[in-house]
Amino acid sequence: MSHAATQAAPKKSAGADYDGHLLEVDDLHVEFRTRDGVAKVINGVSYHVDHGETLAVLGESGSGKSVTAQTIMGILDTPPGFVTGGEIRFKGVDMLKQSKEARRKIRAAGIAMVFQDALSALNPVFTVGFQIGELFRKRLGMSRKEARQRAIELLDLVKIPNPKERVRQYPHEFSGGMRQRVMIAMSLALDPDVLIADEPTTALDVTVQAQIMDLLKEIQQERDMGLILITHDLGVVADVADRIAVMYAGRIVEEADCATCYRKPCHPYTIGLLNSIPRMDLKGQELATIKGLPPSLLHIPTGCTFHPRCPMAQEICRTTEPPLLDLGGRWSRCHFAEDLKNRDQEQSAIYLGDQKGLISE
Amino acid sequence: MSDPGAFTNERETEEQQHAPEPFLGEEEAPPSGKQEKARGLWSDAWYDLRRKPLFWVSITLIVIFMLMALFPSLFTSTDPYAFDLSKRTDGPESGHIFGYDLQGRDVYARSVYGAQVSILVGLVAALGVGLVGGAAGIIAGYYGGWIDAVLSRIGDVFFGLPFVLGAIVLLSTFIDPTKSGDPTKIKVVVILAIVVLSWPQFARVMRSSVIATKQSDYVQAARALGAGHTRIMVRHILPNAISPLIVMTTIALGVFVGVEATLSFLGVGLRPPIISWGIAISDAQTYLDIAPHMLLVPAAFLSAAVLGFVMLGEAVREAIDPKLK
Amino acid sequence: MGRYALRRLLQLIPVLFGTTFLIYWLVWSLPGNAFAGKCGPRLCEQSYIDEMRDRYNLDDPLIVQYFKYMWDMVRFDFGTTYSGEQVSEVLSTALPITMKLALVAVLIEGVIGITAGVLTGLKRGGFLDNMVLVSTLFLISLPVFVVGFLLQYLFGVKWGIIDPSVSEDPSFSELIIPGLVLASGQMAYISRLTRSSIAENNRADYVRTAVAKGLTRGRVVSVHLLRNSLIPIITFLGAEIGTFMGGAIVTEGIFNIQGVGGVVFDAVRGQEAGTVVPIVTVIVLIYLLANLIVDLLYAVLDPRIRYE
Repeated sequence: MSHAATQAAPKKSAGADYDGHLLEVDDLHVEFRTRDGVAKVINGVSYHVDHGETLAVLGESGSGKSVTAQTIMGILDTPPGFVTGGEIRFKGVDMLKQSKEARRKIRAAGIAMVFQDALSALNPVFTVGFQIGELFRKRLGMSRKEARQRAIELLDLVKIPNPKERVRQYPHEFSGGMRQRVMIAMSLALDPDVLIADEPTTALDVTVQAQIMDLLKEIQQERDMGLILITHDLGVVADVADRIAVMYAGRIVEEADCATCYRKPCHPYTIGLLNSIPRMDLKGQELATIKGLPPSLLHIPTGCTFHPRCPMAQEICRTTEPPLLDLGGRWSRCHFAEDLKNRDQEQSAIYLGDQKGLISE
Repeated sequence: MSDPGAFTNERETEEQQHAPEPFLGEEEAPPSGKQEKARGLWSDAWYDLRRKPLFWVSITLIVIFMLMALFPSLFTSTDPYAFDLSKRTDGPESGHIFGYDLQGRDVYARSVYGAQVSILVGLVAALGVGLVGGAAGIIAGYYGGWIDAVLSRIGDVFFGLPFVLGAIVLLSTFIDPTKSGDPTKIKVVVILAIVVLSWPQFARVMRSSVIATKQSDYVQAARALGAGHTRIMVRHILPNAISPLIVMTTIALGVFVGVEATLSFLGVGLRPPIISWGIAISDAQTYLDIAPHMLLVPAAFLSAAVLGFVMLGEAVREAIDPKLK
Repeated sequence: MGRYALRRLLQLIPVLFGTTFLIYWLVWSLPGNAFAGKCGPRLCEQSYIDEMRDRYNLDDPLIVQYFKYMWDMVRFDFGTTYSGEQVSEVLSTALPITMKLALVAVLIEGVIGITAGVLTGLKRGGFLDNMVLVSTLFLISLPVFVVGFLLQYLFGVKWGIIDPSVSEDPSFSELIIPGLVLASGQMAYISRLTRSSIAENNRADYVRTAVAKGLTRGRVVSVHLLRNSLIPIITFLGAEIGTFMGGAIVTEGIFNIQGVGGVVFDAVRGQEAGTVVPIVTVIVLIYLLANLIVDLLYAVLDPRIRYE
């Protein structure tokens, strides 16, 4: 796995003279104005991704991980969603300040997205060839014939057998895994710099999940793309991600290298997530879970947002919100992050046991 | 790892530094969930409805027409049958704000008294259609198979008759068009004709709603627990599948008021001495250019009554349809 | 697709027999002597009645009568009216007029209803949306004969823009106002249907995908959103042609259009069973065929149906 990719291999030439991060979300704030009140869905989220790098964004449903992605793509439903602050810089340019037309042109060509449920994300009444070819025809002005040829090539690239026949078929004629491959093929059409995959394998069988993840990883390395992998599934992440950002209640609560994070998580929420992975060596024991429910975003708890569910919570957690503490190349939003970092035990030694696959080195 | 709630291993290492708090259960959770008590479909709908002017306008209209149907004397003290041939087709004058009809009777009084039969026919027909269509729909949807096939085909037979055409044939068969006949019998036949020709649409809607509900987990669970067919249908499926039917029935009430008027207008439905908006409009049609009030006043009453029920149905539909939220 | 069409066709057969038998039974049991008016004020002579009873097989059991009658109809022998005209003659002049009217009505209904529905569905809650909502509710609430008289009064009598009653063989332009009247209620319904269909699909995942593909708003709406949203609308409109064939009685009466509706109405009122049955049978047949074609059209437009 190429950890070196963090150094931004400058393959792509567009905006070449910019030497910052490829895509950078900076202190993003988003709220949903509903009839029950204002839900603060994203509260100062920052993360970035570079060429050839995979960032995994981890969190429960409602943590704001998908909303962040939609905001980056500019496909947030407004209303009810409103961006109330922050910047999203793609190659150094703040997309939130761009015209609608400029943003439209970045979609698919600069930043593309793979959605969770390919069956509903693909249009049921058009053939997959039409839907992929549409990108070439409408965005690049190709002829129908050329576009079809390119669509066949893409289907071949994502390893769909008989692409010449299948290009004429409708989405419901594909199996779940094949449909997700179509979705991936479509997202690759315009050779984007960044690919956002929003729970790309959640709707699939376990065996197919691995194939899709492998495909994504392979294509990402081949094309030196930045990949943002949004998931709630820790198992999916370990093999693929370079860095992990854990989100909770619209905030990043921990960010670290993948291996570091698994070995020694420094936020009680991450620890809880790792604990709730079923383990072979602890068979027969009750599975550890995180008590309680994610907070309502209409009434975010005071202090540390995680304190009502945290077994380590102290008085300070109820009153003061912890900042994102720099622990030397990794960050944690916990008052006791230093203590957690300095503890002797390594999470992996206890929790991951011989599950080698989870540690990717 | 005996305490599943806490991060037990963390405790082992951290115990000395941070005396662990007793775990914070939901009871100690901050008031995050307080104001979001689970809202059911109907209480949710009621929340929406209360805020809609459409709803209040429709309720006002319905209340007015209901009162008019039950206590017409609240609205007018003029006898709708009293006539003064010297005033036939005369326009408005003091005490008779909407003028006189062909026989010199007060148009306003006749319009007020006309509410009774229209509302009655509309209400009973809507209830009948809701019951027959609902029952057929729930049985067809729940049992499926050949019962569904037979019921659906029977429905298709009636559905295959264009409404007005079917109604004309039905009514001409059972009410001799050349005689005036017994008013009660005529009302019953009109209601039955509407029900017979309209129930298939209601059955279709109910059937698909029931089929959708049948798949849900709680119905499967009830079946697994050995509940009988009747119990599952009445207790589990009906309450969850009935909302589209209720909306449709409300709208139909209004539509049937209009249908009654149309049939009376065509001369195949109600006929004098029953006072009906449709008959009044039919009588007035040839005098449109010399005495438009004779047609416009009952037409306005009729339209307002239909509007009231249609508006209520639409408002409820918007409120309970999650797709439109 | 082929099996789907065949299944629909097979389902049609019992319905066709059921509906026509129902009509047959109802019409022949109209109260009074079936041939009362035929011979003027006098009672008919026994020989004539016998001949007619023989002609319509009235001495057979009802079901046998019905099938003998249907067999005649299959051979295009529609019988004669009581005044001696061939029913097929009457139909061939009246049917095209009603079809013309139905076509005009469906066109008006489609164009106005869909336009209003798309505009309001895309921007719900706005001024336009509320205005359309209120006016559609009014349209739904006004019975056809009220709309008919109002428009006839306004356009024909008061402003003199149109002739209050149309000519014997009306042109399309003469049928615009009657078509509008016929379409008025359903037009409102179409716009509501389109509105909710558009609003629902507008939040569909595939529309979001289309936006994420960087397509222009126009392309997203006109190709991805509209295609899906209009499938049920188009098919509904198709079925409307059938409905209007038998549902134009009131409108035809108001504007004095010499279509099928008037003929049937007069025949029912005149208790002319021999005229009512063949005409109603033809109308029902057109209605059912329109529904069948619409079902097949649905399958063509929505690829998912074909694989059921």
